[in-house]
Amino acid sequence: MASNKNNKLNLEQQKYQSFAQKREPRRPLLSNCLKAFISGGAICVFGQLLHFMYIKYFSFTENNAGDPTAATLIIISVLLTGFGVYDTIAQWAGAGSAVPITGFANTISSAAIEHRSEGYVLGVGGNMFKIAGPVIVYGVFSAFVVSIIKMLVNYMGGI
Amino acid sequence: MEKIIWAFIVGGLICVVGQIMMDVFKLTPAHTMSTLVVVGAILGGLGLYEPLIKFAGAGATVPICSFGNSLLKGALQELEQHGPIGVLTGIFKLTSAGISSAIIFGFIASLIFKPKG
Repeated sequence: MASNKNNKLNLEQQKYQSFAQKREPRRPLLSNCLKAFISGGAICVFGQLLHFMYIKYFSFTENNAGDPTAATLIIISVLLTGFGVYDTIAQWAGAGSAVPITGFANTISSAAIEHRSEGYVLGVGGNMFKIAGPVIVYGVFSAFVVSIIKMLVNYMGGI
Repeated sequence: MEKIIWAFIVGGLICVVGQIMMDVFKLTPAHTMSTLVVVGAILGGLGLYEPLIKFAGAGATVPICSFGNSLLKGALQELEQHGPIGVLTGIFKLTSAGISSAIIFGFIASLIFKPKG
């Protein structure tokens, strides 16, 4: 893919590409992965504790305790984003804070807060889903395709 | 108690996969999240995600892949009850709590907080 891209560049640009590539900071993969593992795992443990709490004290069942758990994690993540703490966590945690549902809430609320100066309709309303939008679009479309495939398989008598 | 340990390990490993996608394949967080959601929907379609949730609890439901799985699960449930139109009516059924609370609280946050930096 890289060589394909280079074909369209002139000599000067190719020189710059290799110059920039050499000076790009190397990402410490192992320590990044370890940080992501610890922080992501910790968020999931916190979610599991909330799950237990909702079953034990708020009479939810094993099946529907997921909803209040997700909502609580989202509220906490939105508050942390608003106070500017989530960014600090994200710098350390990397994907550990982006992959859990808290990262999804963070992208929505940070985009909403960031664009409020452009007005509430086009700024906040229009930019809220800038990063979360693709997640919903591809999630819904892939779920649609998979369920259609399942439907056809069932229709033809299953495997 | 055991479930907490498995939640930590499985949840952590999914995040490591995300980190590798970001560092090695140089994807943006938005690409990483979208890919994981599609992977979640496919795993759900193969019937592999439910056993993972039974096994690891929040370790499987908190990462974003469970979003894809829940979209699929809602669609399949309604498909069984109401036929093909159920795919359209059911797709947001189980994820409603997550999406609507993210929209509502995100909007409230934009009313209260001012951007920093």
